[in-house]
Amino acid sequence: MFQVRFHGRGGQGVVTAAELLASAAFHEDRHAQAFPSFGSERMGAPVMSFCRIDDKPIRTREPVTDPDALLIQDPTLLHSEDLFAGLTADGYVLINSAKSVAELGLADLAAGHPADRLLVVPASALAMTHLGRPLPGAPMLGGLAAFANPVDLDAVLAAIGERFHGQVAAGNAAAARAAYEYVTAEVAQLTEEKAGA
Amino acid sequence: MLKQIEGSRAVAEAVALSRPQVICAYPITPQTHIVEALGALVKKEELNAAFLNVESEFAAMSAVIGASAAGARAYTATASQGLLYMSEAVYNAAGLGLPVVMTVANRAIGAPINIWNDHSDAMSQRDSGWIQLYAETNQEAADLHIQAFRIAEELSNPVMVCMDGFVLTHASERVDIPGQDEVDAYLPPYQPRQVLDPEDPVSIGAMVGPEAFTEVRYLADQRMRQALELIPATAADFACRFGRDSGGLVRRYRTEDAELIVIALGSVLAAIKDTVDDLRQEGLRVGALGITTFRPFPSQAVREALGHSRRLRHLVVLERALAPGSGGIVTGDVHLALAAADGRSLQPAELMISTVVAGLGGRPVSRKSLRAMLLRTALLRTDCGGLPDFSFLDLRSDLVDGELARMRAARRSGPTAENMLRDLDVTAPGAARPAN
Repeated sequence: MFQVRFHGRGGQGVVTAAELLASAAFHEDRHAQAFPSFGSERMGAPVMSFCRIDDKPIRTREPVTDPDALLIQDPTLLHSEDLFAGLTADGYVLINSAKSVAELGLADLAAGHPADRLLVVPASALAMTHLGRPLPGAPMLGGLAAFANPVDLDAVLAAIGERFHGQVAAGNAAAARAAYEYVTAEVAQLTEEKAGA
Repeated sequence: MLKQIEGSRAVAEAVALSRPQVICAYPITPQTHIVEALGALVKKEELNAAFLNVESEFAAMSAVIGASAAGARAYTATASQGLLYMSEAVYNAAGLGLPVVMTVANRAIGAPINIWNDHSDAMSQRDSGWIQLYAETNQEAADLHIQAFRIAEELSNPVMVCMDGFVLTHASERVDIPGQDEVDAYLPPYQPRQVLDPEDPVSIGAMVGPEAFTEVRYLADQRMRQALELIPATAADFACRFGRDSGGLVRRYRTEDAELIVIALGSVLAAIKDTVDDLRQEGLRVGALGITTFRPFPSQAVREALGHSRRLRHLVVLERALAPGSGGIVTGDVHLALAAADGRSLQPAELMISTVVAGLGGRPVSRKSLRAMLLRTALLRTDCGGLPDFSFLDLRSDLVDGELARMRAARRSGPTAENMLRDLDVTAPGAARPAN
């Protein structure tokens, strides 16, 4: 089972992102479950959502406490909450930011974590370019597909196409693709650096 | 057709497939997505029904009573305070024998105000005369609605389908939504026993005095007893046509030779089954019994299911609601079921029954906590005193002790809920926080 926890703020599409990931897994004929942290969601308040993917039916309904992947849609949460609680030792982390991990003040975390599993992607900026709105959900999933690959990019695109229509679908898909390429390049560079070192 | 779909949406589609003619609703979390989706289907003309926006839950239930009395298949949904607010009319629907179907997206009752899941709301209406079915999964929630219309209309008795708020209503998962033809073949058009018809006028809702009130009630009781036969038959026909088990009275899980059986209702059975699997793997004889039909209470089915294991020594009833000062609500029914004589009854004297109140107001019932709780019973086979008769799962005694100390220290100790939130330094209750 692959478990993902999403962190963001109300209005950023955190719940939609988890549902899109579950739909993407469904497109690959796998079992998936997505649900929000149940609260009085308000615009701007911290929000979590969860997604589980497995090859067999998923029975548990507990919140994800030990995620295999963390998608942090709002970097302003990084130092106000312990977002990394329960993260598995080689878990995947993707942060929505144009800054580097070090610039985000995460040097301590990075020191104890595989470098190719702690990445950033400017998801909001990519969404602004392709969608015209700073909604990072779809590009975050594109980025996730590029390095953690719980589902393929095609499945993410299929889920986007099913959920949205017209310009919104096209914009989200383009942003997801761009993020996929961004993260793929990031991983390639890290691999190169590692080989060179 | 298999879909990856939110629980509320799956229920809305199942209700729509049941062809309701009148839908009345007033929004309340966590039920709202269901009627929102139904409203959208009506607006898109994919569902031919009258959708009435009403001014309160009392009006919602009153309007479906009127619609049902006029011969329409009628549906509403609510939760929590909304169910309490319509309570008077809830009793009327049952008393009049009108086959309304209502979803209750189970949520706690205030005060303190709490929007999260437990079973306090539906349990408060347990003796209203409605049939109560509890869904374990979203697939079952969808299926139960289709069955509910058939049960309700065949008996002329309303049915409440209870599904855990948020945990089920807001979870997206795989649900098989049947085709319209299949549902039409399973659920015939509504044939009312009584109908308000200008061509053949009757009045419904007479005042009945001591001369016949008892007899009307007697027949209501008989109707509910008939439901104990009808519900399994309806589920069996559903299984036959749709190829999956949904509904029925009770469901056993690994109860063979179990020394310990956990009884529960609703989605918490998932965590219980996971825990049973873990403990079985360690060689402990543990099983679970899910109660799908809570009203009428299936005493005989419970007795038979428990009688299935000759080794049974300990029952744990996991309660998602609390009867303050009395204990567990389901526990009382289980005691009565076991005490009923049928020549082959279990011997309650040798059987320890513990009530564990769990998951109140949305506190997750984790596998870890369930495991620790069950180990207190199963490991101490010679002395089952490890788990008291009555306890709360994951009770934070630090919070309780802090408030008790305040109350001892000063007469004017202030409001308990606010004091505890201050102790926890919580400004936004239930706000998203990573794992504790």
